[in-house]
Amino acid sequence: MPETPPQISVSLWRGGEAGRYETYSVPRRASQTVLDVVTYVQRHLDPTLSYRFACRVGMCGSCAMTVNGRPRWTCRTLVAKVASAGRLEIGPLENLPVIKDLTTDMQPFFEKWQQAKGAFAPSRTRADAMARIRPESPARIAADAAIECINCGVCYAACDTVRWNSEYLGPAALNRAWTLVNDERDGANTARLAAVAASGGCHSCHSHQSCQEHCPLSLNPTAAIAGLKRRTAAAYLNGELKI
Amino acid sequence: MNVRLYVWQRATAALMAPLVLIHIAVIFYATRQGLSAADILSRTRGSIAWASYYGIFVAAASIHAAIGVRNVLTEWSPLTDRRAGRFAAVFGLLLFVLGLRAVAALVL
Repeated sequence: MPETPPQISVSLWRGGEAGRYETYSVPRRASQTVLDVVTYVQRHLDPTLSYRFACRVGMCGSCAMTVNGRPRWTCRTLVAKVASAGRLEIGPLENLPVIKDLTTDMQPFFEKWQQAKGAFAPSRTRADAMARIRPESPARIAADAAIECINCGVCYAACDTVRWNSEYLGPAALNRAWTLVNDERDGANTARLAAVAASGGCHSCHSHQSCQEHCPLSLNPTAAIAGLKRRTAAAYLNGELKI
Repeated sequence: MNVRLYVWQRATAALMAPLVLIHIAVIFYATRQGLSAADILSRTRGSIAWASYYGIFVAAASIHAAIGVRNVLTEWSPLTDRRAGRFAAVFGLLLFVLGLRAVAALVL
């Protein structure tokens, strides 16, 4: 008689904002990720379960969920690491509207990227010579430190200030703005500094550092926001910013 | 919070840091020396230095606290930014008036 594999008890959020947790039993496997568990439920136990994923290797930033109370990227989170008591509770990301089950509406998150002028604005055309950027220059080092963000929304879900202040742009958008402020090729920094210095911008940050604590790539948006605070304050005192 | 309020709040904090230390030192001195109220008033009455010191302290504290209260209200109450700003301005003005009244009692 085949032996039954050990099981793990998994509570998944079902429904919209006013949903509830439902519990499933999922076979425990070696090197199993939290995303594997969610996928097992959808493929074997309830095909109506909604969740979002794409690459499964920590590059696309689409599979973030709340796992046992903490926002995490589920594709790179091992069950063995987070479910020591043999229990998993998986919900949608905090601070974002719930569409259904584990899927949140990321629109407010990306709209704030736009508000923070998170798009690169070229200062040259393709007819110009390529900009020569010294990798060891302080500006490039600051840009490089913040540039690997994959927009997973984990920092946004972990941020207390986002929870309290719906206007606040959030750590990811401000982190992105900081990379561009330090990009010598960008030509929109006056507008960008004005955007992040307005109400709901970088000065709303309380430096709780939840973004840094939870970022799956170990980026430090708090440091990026501190940089923006210094840069905007200097620009304001020099008369370059009108608020 | 925008950059203007941020600069004002940080600037008033920087101004108050040494003022607080001096204030605490004065308290220690007055209590250790056993100065009575009359002793203290004899030193402060008519003093432009003490009037300036506590006048600046009151102004800085009023601005700093009003900006902080505005932040608390915008994050924790249902008030709009504008209403929170007005409430905080009234609160700051009240602190300023009460503070100046105390300074006047000390130096006039």
